[in-house]
Amino acid sequence: MTTPANASPPLNVDIKPPTLAVAVSAASVGSENQPEEIAIRAHGLNSWYGTVQALKGISLEIPKCRVTALIGPSGCGKSTFLRCMNRMNDPIPGARASGTLTLHGDDLLARTLDVVELRRRVGMVFQKPNPFTKSIYDNVAFGPRLHRSFRRTDLDELVENSLRAAALWDEVKDRLKSSALGLSGGQQQRLCIARAIAVGPEVLLMDEPCSALDPRSTASIEQLIRELETNYTIVIVTHNMQQAARVSDRTAFFFEGTLVECGSTDRIFTNPTNKQTEDYVSGRFG
Amino acid sequence: MSNAAEISAAAVRAAAANRRGIARSRAARIGTERIIRGTLLACALMSIVTTFTILVILLAQSVSFFAMPQVSIWEFFTGTTWAPLLGEEKHFGIWPLIAGTLLVTSIAAAFALPVGLIVAVYLSEYAPSRVRSILKPILEVLAGIPTVVYGFFALAVITPFLHDHISESFGTFNALGAGLAVGIMILPIVASLSEDALRAVPRSLRDAAFAMGGTRFDVSAKVVVPAALSGIVASWLLAITRAIGETMIVALAAGGLARMTLNPADEVQTMTAYMVQIFTGDAPAYGIEYKSSFAVATVLFVITLALTMAGNLFLRAFREEYE
Repeated sequence: MTTPANASPPLNVDIKPPTLAVAVSAASVGSENQPEEIAIRAHGLNSWYGTVQALKGISLEIPKCRVTALIGPSGCGKSTFLRCMNRMNDPIPGARASGTLTLHGDDLLARTLDVVELRRRVGMVFQKPNPFTKSIYDNVAFGPRLHRSFRRTDLDELVENSLRAAALWDEVKDRLKSSALGLSGGQQQRLCIARAIAVGPEVLLMDEPCSALDPRSTASIEQLIRELETNYTIVIVTHNMQQAARVSDRTAFFFEGTLVECGSTDRIFTNPTNKQTEDYVSGRFG
Repeated sequence: MSNAAEISAAAVRAAAANRRGIARSRAARIGTERIIRGTLLACALMSIVTTFTILVILLAQSVSFFAMPQVSIWEFFTGTTWAPLLGEEKHFGIWPLIAGTLLVTSIAAAFALPVGLIVAVYLSEYAPSRVRSILKPILEVLAGIPTVVYGFFALAVITPFLHDHISESFGTFNALGAGLAVGIMILPIVASLSEDALRAVPRSLRDAAFAMGGTRFDVSAKVVVPAALSGIVASWLLAITRAIGETMIVALAAGGLARMTLNPADEVQTMTAYMVQIFTGDAPAYGIEYKSSFAVATVLFVITLALTMAGNLFLRAFREEYE
């Protein structure tokens, strides 16, 4: 299940954003009319850090096998919302949440939830590429080894297919044993995506995955995100409005801890109903 | 509009105030810089000169020791009898002193390296910040205790405990008691430096491992410790160097009998303890015993130098660049 049908097209960084944007709007127009399976459902979700309330009654549905972009100015709560979905806020002292947040019906806020199992189902890619100080192979094999023991051949296959799914295999297949820190920034970030995929998640959370990358690497990651959508539910936080427009099917606009507006990316960017949303996506503030 | 006018007026006033300052002359600037540079260079040279002076004296005295008719270089480096003071025939085979040093150091290392690393992992990865804020200063106090205190701690507490609870064969002076005391002495070095190395590992690596469903132990043992390995090994080597050079504890608690033994209950003499014995005893100055201690010191110097260099090489070879 870790291998998308169109597993490893040679990465074509020449694809221009406009081409993608056309593809996106076609896809989102299509998806607007048919009912979709909902993967993650938030209802009246509140979150606090100590006495500061970071999320105020967020109600949001995230469709399965679609890309959902969370946008909004810094401190608006979009990263907090992202980190609620894999409980990465747990170790922060004073962090707590109330309301409902479910993944295919499973309560993600429950005290009894097995966080290790949750994080196996919900992978995460961070702002800065953060490969381990290990070989490329060991980076990808790290997650699977945490949860199961593998025969060598199975692990090799898993690593290869995860790297293929992240469009990195062809570039690294001859140096799997060399350090991951020798890769370029864009390659490192694709390695981090391969590493997340290798665990076999249903959902991939991406927290500004391109903000530390140059435009060329950004284009390759964006193309990858579109391709991964076939198999994974993707939620991406981004400060880059064009990026949200290029990669996502649905966009949610956060402002000061509330969800201002949510809808198909096409509609949010061309015909937002809310004045604040319009100002933000058109670049008048934020 | 009024805002823009305000900003512009403030900029003009700032420029005017700046012009009212008195200019420093270029000559004064260059002169001051020259004096400061000279002072800094003199301080740096002083430490180099001191080091070389010590080295020259060590080597000169060693050479004059080996030049004595009663001494054979071959026996010094291969002999297993060290009997410089007693008896008709004096023997200068350094191996009993090296064996004593290695025995005490091994005991100290076997205790302090793993325990120190565990303490460091606990402080860096597990301890709540409140616990850490109490434990870390205590550890630093431990590092500040004069080693003579550890020495009589070994004599008054550790050795009696070993004698009463482990084996009757532990005498007043024994390698295990001294080794454990040395271990306690170097524990804070390992714990503190290893903790620094662990904390220098970026949080983003921990986040990545947690986000893949790693437990706290997975993250500590499989990500943080491997990433900090060069720093941890450096702390180990520094601690071992300190253990080899440690003098007061072993002079007090290990005894003064140079012998080839691996039994931790035995009395042993280390290289450092021998030097103390010579310089505090009634060995005649500039006699053969006096000079022998310089030869021993040179060997000790070479061993610690080799360890320090190995540590630096290791650090350079395995330093991880996180960016």
